[in-house]
Amino acid sequence: MTELANSGIGAPLPREGARRLAEGRGRYVDDITLPGLLHIAFVRAPFAHGRLLGIETDDALEVPGVVAVIDGRRLAEICAPFDTNPPGVPGHASAPQPPLVVDESCFQGEAVAAVVAESRAAAEDGAELVFLDWDELPAVCSIEDAQAEDAAPVHTRFSDNLSLRHRFGAEDVSEAFHGAAHVVEADFSFGRQTGVTLEPRGIVAHWDPRTEELEVWQSHQVPWQMREVYARQLGLSPQSVRVTAPDVGGAFGLKLHAYADELAAVAVSRLLGRPVKYIVDRLESFTADAHAREARASCRMAVDAEGHILGIDAVVDAGFGAYAMHPRGSFGEAMQAAQMIGAPYRVGAFRAEVRGWRQNKAPSGAYRGVGQPIACAITEEMIDLASRAADIDPAEMRRINYRRTLDEGTRATQAGLVVEELSLDACLDKLLEAMDYTALRSEQAALRAKGIYRGIGLASFVELTGVGAGLYGPLGLTVAANEACRLTLQPDGSLTCATSVTDQGQGTLSAIAQLIAGEFGIAPEGVRMVAGDTGRTPYGGGAWASRGMALGGEAAKRACARLRDGLLELAAGILQCEPEALRFEQGEIIGPKGASGLDLAELAALCHYRPYDSPTGQVPPMTVEESFVPAALPYIASNGVHAVHLEVDPELGTVDLLGYWVVDDCGTVVNPLLVDEQLRGGIVQGIGAALYEECLYSEDGQFTNGTLADYVVPMAGEMPDIFVEHVSTPTRATGLGARGVGEAGTVGGLGAVRTALGDALVPTGARVSQQPFTPGRVLAAIMAAEDAE
Amino acid sequence: MKSPDFSYVRATSLDEALAMLADSEDAVILAGGQSLVAALNLRLQAPELVIDINHIPGLDRIELAEGKLRIGPLVRHAQLMASAEAARALPLIAQALPHVAHPAIRNRGTTCGSLAYGDPAAEMPACAVALDATLVLASRDGTREVPARDFYDGLYETRRAPHEMLIEARFPAAPEGARAMFAELAVRRGDFASLGLAGQLHLDAGAIAAFDLVAFASEPAPHLLTGVAELALGQRPDARLAADLAQAVAEAVDPLESPLATPAMRRRQYRALAERCLRDAMELADA
Ligand SMILES: Cc1cc2nc3c(=O)[nH]c(=O)nc-3n(C[C@H](O)[C@H](O)[C@H](O)COP(=O)(O)OP(=O)(O)OC[C@H]3O[C@@H](n4cnc5c(N)ncnc54)[C@H](O)[C@@H]3O)c2cc1C
Repeated sequence: MTELANSGIGAPLPREGARRLAEGRGRYVDDITLPGLLHIAFVRAPFAHGRLLGIETDDALEVPGVVAVIDGRRLAEICAPFDTNPPGVPGHASAPQPPLVVDESCFQGEAVAAVVAESRAAAEDGAELVFLDWDELPAVCSIEDAQAEDAAPVHTRFSDNLSLRHRFGAEDVSEAFHGAAHVVEADFSFGRQTGVTLEPRGIVAHWDPRTEELEVWQSHQVPWQMREVYARQLGLSPQSVRVTAPDVGGAFGLKLHAYADELAAVAVSRLLGRPVKYIVDRLESFTADAHAREARASCRMAVDAEGHILGIDAVVDAGFGAYAMHPRGSFGEAMQAAQMIGAPYRVGAFRAEVRGWRQNKAPSGAYRGVGQPIACAITEEMIDLASRAADIDPAEMRRINYRRTLDEGTRATQAGLVVEELSLDACLDKLLEAMDYTALRSEQAALRAKGIYRGIGLASFVELTGVGAGLYGPLGLTVAANEACRLTLQPDGSLTCATSVTDQGQGTLSAIAQLIAGEFGIAPEGVRMVAGDTGRTPYGGGAWASRGMALGGEAAKRACARLRDGLLELAAGILQCEPEALRFEQGEIIGPKGASGLDLAELAALCHYRPYDSPTGQVPPMTVEESFVPAALPYIASNGVHAVHLEVDPELGTVDLLGYWVVDDCGTVVNPLLVDEQLRGGIVQGIGAALYEECLYSEDGQFTNGTLADYVVPMAGEMPDIFVEHVSTPTRATGLGARGVGEAGTVGGLGAVRTALGDALVPTGARVSQQPFTPGRVLAAIMAAEDAE
Repeated sequence: MKSPDFSYVRATSLDEALAMLADSEDAVILAGGQSLVAALNLRLQAPELVIDINHIPGLDRIELAEGKLRIGPLVRHAQLMASAEAARALPLIAQALPHVAHPAIRNRGTTCGSLAYGDPAAEMPACAVALDATLVLASRDGTREVPARDFYDGLYETRRAPHEMLIEARFPAAPEGARAMFAELAVRRGDFASLGLAGQLHLDAGAIAAFDLVAFASEPAPHLLTGVAELALGQRPDARLAADLAQAVAEAVDPLESPLATPAMRRRQYRALAERCLRDAMELADA
């Protein structure tokens, strides 16, 4: 039994493959080369909004090594523009997005022409010599400008800039606010961010005119989705498209989308009949990767004298950018930002309105947490404001209001959320103990008297993980929500698992191998994983909405059970006993009388080479496939609580993080090392959102901080120690019991820093509504509060 | 992000480097490459010729003689940081160097490269101005010496002519009992500063006998705060003086308007930083 615990579920095994990646032996898209490979550099739109009048390519074509310069009109002949309106979202309005600008460009950095050359350097030389003739059109960049009555249209096919409007909860909640003991109100502004993957996006596309097959290698999360996308846009059968994601160096949601420039690269290969490579450089990453998070919100909360939440009334305005991202749209962040407000709490009356606005900026899309960090930050600060108004300790305030559906059973909240089995109370208890909350509070009071401003912030979250088919199916999107496992017993007794789950550095594949090994009691090295290749893996989602272990792990567990059942039945025939009396231990079959002498290798050899030795003459299938998608629930909710301790320097405006704690419930933990690092990594991105990261545009829509010296990401030197602890409530939705954990750190990180900062600033009377909380913004708020005195 | 084509020469002697620098209309020196290579790849700079000085022998010396510390053009930030002799002679440089970038960059980046480049947010030019260093510029036609206090004209603008190379930075060694003043505000450790102070003071018989303080990063070039020095000279250090001088610093600086902070915010930050580093240098207890 102890052997099992050391290798199966729950064992802190080092991640398989980590050494290879750390030693620089990964094989990323840019490492792939093919005979006759050409390279693309794009000429990109210099303005936020313009009408393209003409393209002059003669000089570029003179550059040695340049093979072709291809524009949007040429590509339009063989490639359809993205339809950016999810069919099932009523009233959604977004312009079609062509692979290259045909006549109107809507954001700075939109790809206009592809310069194709023998090397990337030659392609860049050529790109410098392509001359574009433009009519500049008025640009609308901020959400406020997009909303203005007389706003110029972001895209001239529309007369206004509203892309989406939706309401969650009741139409009118004013009743709940009438006569409430306390009503608090606040405005919020969330800065635009982007995912900043270590490895940028990249693609190698090879249209083979002889076989009429398209082969694509792409740094991506969802190869199956991309197979459908390329087939659809180019009018091919999905069967003639193969998409492979080799090693991927970080994705964070950014590599979940279909990008116009990558589609253009595929179309160029189709046009030229030659393999092409396009690797996005860092400047292009900043201007043309999916952005996220930009939003403004206002929220009111009513509480009674004991602190119970009587009502929430919120409006969220989200900045969509120039187009909704294909194929999943840009609405996810906006919708979750509104719907998830108040999610961890019992709320009397609920109303949240959401509007999505087009802007002449890069399109916005998925980024770790999708809207939930915004909802969490709003909720948690409102709770703090209410707790101050009601004079209740913020930790107590949370406890008073926690939702506890464990007792109440599964049911939908007013916002339409279906949450099960929450464990927020238990998480909070562990958290307060780990951080020694009471001691920190008294230290804070003592230091305040000396003019030292420390803050303690809490953020509780409920997170939707392992999202099923109910999200995209009804919207008419062809996005697989299941995860599948094809498990093969090889003739030598080793196992191969081909999974639809993809891994961008999380170690999910390593954990699935560990789980499978545990089911047979063998070492994880006995399981070979195959992933990220539509030519070799079963159909399924890939990586999105924290699903790898929750859904992909469940599929693997079910596949193991089927393979094992077949083998045990065969063994039972040989051993003349009941299959129920048999089990696997260290790869060996243990029967009523102990070791049976049969093991995986022996059974595999029998099935493959000597099937006639089977007592029935039949052998079980050596390959089984299982697919899992949550059916009883739309998704598997997880929950947890974060806490931050920080100090604000009121003269410099700087924020120093002193401590960070998180207690998370992701149900069954397969590998604690991987789970803890998912939390820490996610938290660091949450801290990045809170303190550092912002895509800055000038008023006329020029991206102004497109380098890593100017777009500031968190670095190790500034990060506090992050204490991680767990409560484990296995979900009833699966046999494995795992919930998602990939986004939990990011979902709560922003809110926890926000509440801690608010707490630290209480003596100054200042509040910083705009994130990230840069020294300039903190100082401006402090100075404004001083002036107001 | 591929640089445009350029010619590259690996110089093997100083004379060769200076001759090529003189003969080409559009040549640049490659020292540590930590600023130049990024500029090339971003196509912000497209020189005809890049002259690599990394293989010229003898340019990586740190020498202390006659009360002067001489730093050669291939002395890396890391090498200077590791030199105990330099740390004793130039306590200000020793305090400032850990704020220059990160170890990997300091391993390649040269102190003279930083001085020659004249990034307004860089620490070394500010220290050179504060310590009244001398910069030795050589060309095929000869050598001239320019005080660092005259060298920096504005944003990346210096008195170096295109055909000149900085072949030595010469710093007066700090007198016995000199105390460094250094503080900066940077978004993250190792980032270029948003604002900073670098200086040195010296006490004689309990009174301030020498005082040089430079504000940097918030202005186009290092700003020697002479007015503040006048207030300080002859005074006895105490908390009151530190506060008054800090206030004087805040009034003397002339921060550029930036999207990140208004001049009023910058002055407040300067006041706080100045008071803290003055108190440190005066060895006063925490406020
Ligand atoms: C991520 C990052 C962070 C950084 N952070 C900081 C920081 O916080 N503070 C800081 O001060 N610096 C910082 N730097 C810059 C670093 O210190 C550089 O190394 C330095 O500014 C230039 O030195 P170099 O030897 O690399 O010069 P190079 O990059 O080789 O040259 C820079 C310029 O100076 C010229 N040049 C170099 N040497 C000479 C010479 N002897 N005579 C004439 N011209 C010459 C070159 O022609 C070129 O134009 C950072 C750099 C990076 C990449």
